[in-house]
Amino acid sequence: MNSRRIVIDPVTRIEGHAKISVLLDEAGRVAEARFHVTEFRGFEKFCEGRLFWEMPAITARICGICPVSHLIASAKAGDAILAVEIPPAAERLRRLLHLAQLVQSHALSFFHLSSPDLLLGFDAPPTERNLFGLIAHHPEVARAGIRLRQYGQTIIELLGGRRIHPTWVVPGGVATPLLPAVRQQLLAAWPQALEDARTGLDAFKRVLDAHAEEAAIFGTSPALFAGLVDTAGRVEYYEGRLRIVGPDGEAVAEGLDPTRYQDYLGEATEPWSYLKFPYYRPYGYPDGAYRVGPLARLNVAAACGTPRADAELTEYRQRTGRVALSAFYYHYARLIEIVHALEQIGRLLDDPAILDRDVRARAGRNRHVGVGVAEAPRGTLYHHYEVDDDGRLVRVNLIIATGQNNLAMNRAVAQVAAHYITGDDVREGVLNRLEAAIRAFDPCLSCSTHAVGAMPLVVDIVGADGRLVRRVRRDPAATSR
Amino acid sequence: MADLPSSPGLPAGSDAPAARGERLRLATVWLGGCSGCHMSFLDLDERLLALAPRIDLVYSPLADIKTFPARVDVALVEGAVATSDHLELIYTVRARTRVLVAFGDCAVTGNVTAMRNPIGPAAVLQRAYVETASAGAGPPDDVLVPKLLARVVPVHHVVPVDVWLPGCPPSADVIYAVLTDLLAGRPPATGGLRFG
Repeated sequence: MNSRRIVIDPVTRIEGHAKISVLLDEAGRVAEARFHVTEFRGFEKFCEGRLFWEMPAITARICGICPVSHLIASAKAGDAILAVEIPPAAERLRRLLHLAQLVQSHALSFFHLSSPDLLLGFDAPPTERNLFGLIAHHPEVARAGIRLRQYGQTIIELLGGRRIHPTWVVPGGVATPLLPAVRQQLLAAWPQALEDARTGLDAFKRVLDAHAEEAAIFGTSPALFAGLVDTAGRVEYYEGRLRIVGPDGEAVAEGLDPTRYQDYLGEATEPWSYLKFPYYRPYGYPDGAYRVGPLARLNVAAACGTPRADAELTEYRQRTGRVALSAFYYHYARLIEIVHALEQIGRLLDDPAILDRDVRARAGRNRHVGVGVAEAPRGTLYHHYEVDDDGRLVRVNLIIATGQNNLAMNRAVAQVAAHYITGDDVREGVLNRLEAAIRAFDPCLSCSTHAVGAMPLVVDIVGADGRLVRRVRRDPAATSR
Repeated sequence: MADLPSSPGLPAGSDAPAARGERLRLATVWLGGCSGCHMSFLDLDERLLALAPRIDLVYSPLADIKTFPARVDVALVEGAVATSDHLELIYTVRARTRVLVAFGDCAVTGNVTAMRNPIGPAAVLQRAYVETASAGAGPPDDVLVPKLLARVVPVHHVVPVDVWLPGCPPSADVIYAVLTDLLAGRPPATGGLRFG
């Protein structure tokens, strides 16, 4: 046996700690490829005993890239525990904050992390393939990306008091109303942000044809796609119902209540990664692999619902077909979502109702369970809390967007490895393509490995013939409180 | 920790890299944390463009160098020491870096990352990979997946730290001030300890 294992350690220009391993057989063919996530923190356990009021501020620390998504999902779980309807202005302000984060996070993913591959080339010198290389070779694109991210971060700072981990979103609403002068400042900077988004989209479209090979093999294995949509089937980030479509675009399930996620999502573990493997329960593991995030959202939705984004979506679908399978198109979908988010930010800021000073509903604990769900930049995010009579957490359950792409990311790595690697001569640029396939998903491992599903424990006893002999099931609801 | 050499620090004044017309060899390191400190570094916004000609980013999650290089001038270390991989990396970082900056509250105190200490790694792993999994075989045990340490500790519990840069995260303004001071060969003024 003359097999050889190639290890990429660490995977760089992603948000998190990971390695990739590729096992070659004696003939130098790829026998196995894996994406190993190497970080775990354990929020779900150590948050027990905390008051649910504290959870937005604590769970924001799960992730410095998308703290706002955790604030939103956590506060929504808190709203459910309070059993209140939050004031309309509070919902508008939460949406505004969340869209701002989508803009900054997507800008980070495209400009700061992935565009060096796309604009400098997958085979460019590794020392140059980063933001500073981009600044040196494409200063205008770099400047646009930096400014675009800055616009999102500035909205967060001016609304929430600080750019990272603002504590402004609270159960019942938000802490303070929007000041008219801040609204004017954000509206004044809006046209430049839209222009910067256009710069990114144009730059991407210019290089799209040159990357036809990568687009063809960056994770095209058929899988389900899941995302929230509104009542008209449009992309929805703050609330809505879950829609799941197959690789042909046909709905597998729709109108799912995301707060009942436990009915249809399961989580598997593998011994070689801290990142678990969520799957669509009716299809089982691993056949129930599904994808979330920008690509999935554009695949499940009928439209975005704003003019510029919908025009871009039409052109996108001309290139990709009604359902985009390749993970390479995550970049494209992300750029369209930036345009969509900016248009919605413009609409929210234009509406004087955003200045209403009634922004917080006040109540105490009225329910023992709350589930908060939102579409984070990387996909659907679930916060599930169970509290005692005093509002102390007895069980915390988080399902983070990135985990839901774990099966697809592994398949993408295997597909790219099988395509590019033959024999022992493995060029650096080939290894970079393996990483680039992962980057396309924009995984946030900082987040994802803090997630623990409160799924029932199911043990399948399988006979030597592969048939299920017996299934042992333990429901956590029966063991908690 | 006592037997490790203390850092000689950056040359001062006219010997500073900037004064010699050299670029600062900067590394950024991410241990157990949320990446918020790295995000705050990117919040330098257009000041990154001004910084670009003055630094070489020789190692970072934002760059593609896989091995921590020799002769690093300044390393910003985010996060607490929480896994066997972190431990291995921080020893290398210390041995090859002149000025090691504890970058943010997790690096300075352990902060949120250390909140699992009263519970311990076995219980958090049990919860994540046994009690709540619906398929699979328990916690990771592959050679490529690091072990959780029994206790999460701040960086200075493992290696000497030269500069403290607290905050959750430190603001971009403070990061910029520290980098500017280090570029000029001045001892950085971090504005005193500030948490949260």
